[in-house]
Amino acid sequence: MQSQTMAAEKLSPAAPPADAAIAIDDVTLRFVTPDGHMMTAIRDFTMTVARGEFACVVGPTGCGKSTTLNLVTGLLRPTTGNVRVMGNPVTDISRDIGFVFQADALFPWRSVLDNVAAGPLFRGTPKKEAYEKARDWIGRVGLSRFEKHYPHQLSGGMRKRAALAQTFINQPKILLMDEPFSALDMQTRTAMQDELLDLWSGLKSSVVFVTHDLEEAVALADKVYVLTAGPGTVKSVYHIDLPRPRVMSDIRYDPKFIEIAKVIWNDLREEVQLGQSRGLQASH
Amino acid sequence: MTAISPTDQAAARATSIVAAEAQARARLRKRHALVIGLRLAILVVFLGLWELCADYNIIDPFFFSSPSGIWEQIWSWITEGTSQGPLWLQIYVTLEETFLGFAIGAVGGIVAGIILGRNKLLADVFSIYIKIANSVPRVVLGSVFIIALGLGMASKVALAVVMVFFVVFANAFQGVREADRAMIANAQILGASPFQITRSVIIPSAMSWILASLHVSFGFALVGAVVGEFLGAKQGMGLLISTAQGAFNANGVFAAMIILAVMALVVEFIITRFENYVVKWRPAPFNEQGT
Repeated sequence: MQSQTMAAEKLSPAAPPADAAIAIDDVTLRFVTPDGHMMTAIRDFTMTVARGEFACVVGPTGCGKSTTLNLVTGLLRPTTGNVRVMGNPVTDISRDIGFVFQADALFPWRSVLDNVAAGPLFRGTPKKEAYEKARDWIGRVGLSRFEKHYPHQLSGGMRKRAALAQTFINQPKILLMDEPFSALDMQTRTAMQDELLDLWSGLKSSVVFVTHDLEEAVALADKVYVLTAGPGTVKSVYHIDLPRPRVMSDIRYDPKFIEIAKVIWNDLREEVQLGQSRGLQASH
Repeated sequence: MTAISPTDQAAARATSIVAAEAQARARLRKRHALVIGLRLAILVVFLGLWELCADYNIIDPFFFSSPSGIWEQIWSWITEGTSQGPLWLQIYVTLEETFLGFAIGAVGGIVAGIILGRNKLLADVFSIYIKIANSVPRVVLGSVFIIALGLGMASKVALAVVMVFFVVFANAFQGVREADRAMIANAQILGASPFQITRSVIIPSAMSWILASLHVSFGFALVGAVVGEFLGAKQGMGLLISTAQGAFNANGVFAAMIILAVMALVVEFIITRFENYVVKWRPAPFNEQGT
């Protein structure tokens, strides 16, 4: 297990320090289903993201990956334990947060320009300033020629670029991403991952990126959280020691990358198998 | 390997593409002409058979009228006016009632649909009453309105309103409920207040539903106005029909029916134009060519 100490250093989960950007401390979340049963989504969950850190969460389907994001936004409240963002307990949707969804969450009745300007306009920025800012961000994601287009006139990759601009224009200190690129084809996904790292390096926000794709997680993250099959809790945490800036199309052939991915996969595999066998049982 | 000059190849390909496109366009034009021609042919055959059957007394023109009789009736209404005043006045009165009822009912339906769609408690409380009110045959309310509001315009407008309201309400409510969860969450996180969410997410996404209901409900508004006039009025197309019915004038009933149909078609056309303008962000549907 020399490789673990070399590149994928396994960390021991500890109580979060006070100055962390995101601190989820020993959280359990249960909810009552409409037919009156208690369901545990996640249990004894502890996670810390330092300022400017890129954290990825991987785990088998249905283990509560997305739940962790909703705890940070405040859309879900923990049953026990507490969640702090930038040192403050989460009470309402924080203005510091940006969220990129898995599904297309652009407003189809708005042009790209109006979509990207939505954030500042909602927050009361004067129109002229909001549109100036929007044009700037549209330029940064390379969509300047398409600012008058409606979402349905764009390709999937271009829609994701617009969604990134829409989120980044608010300059969020906390960036939450829920399998944002899972619906894209391989080439587009690689391009979008590069785009994301590029935008992120300019902003230095703290990121929580949820994905089921381990290689994506290793390629992007500083830290990878592996969750157990549901109800999810942190199984292990890996520190990814690959140099930045990283280039997505090259990194997957880097021997160090392959080694790290293998180590984490060995850890993740049992959970995936467990999750699948449970899923099969449930459907019988 | 011998290289074929790429410019020659490209030129040859370009001419063949142009030829293929011209052919395809010619085929489309031909088909378009065929559709129009067949439509006209069906109309001519239908009217011709009707006229012939009436002429040879296969059907009794006294009960079932005939195209020429209907046309004579319309023409005499246009040139000499009806028994209750000029034709255009009857059309105007009916249209005014219809539009007033349509506007009030539609606005009311949209507002109520959005409020109940956004508020779960109100929706749960009121849904039962709306179901009950909706199951009352609303045309019967016409009699109540005539008693309460008199023979004037108000009773017809009221009947048109209740005809329109429930259709638009049901659609607006459904449209609000179907608004995409992720889109609402997105707006919320981008910083939208509840009012901003309603205005810039809920209403636009319910718009397709609402517009669909406007098509149907304009027809209902017209039915409301005409039935109201039927039950008792001093003016309007409904009264024209009921007078013709009283005089056993089948020509008059059919003529009024056709005028109403033309009115409805014209307004339908205007609504479609309005719809295309409002939802220009939607992907273009595969257009049935030629319409």
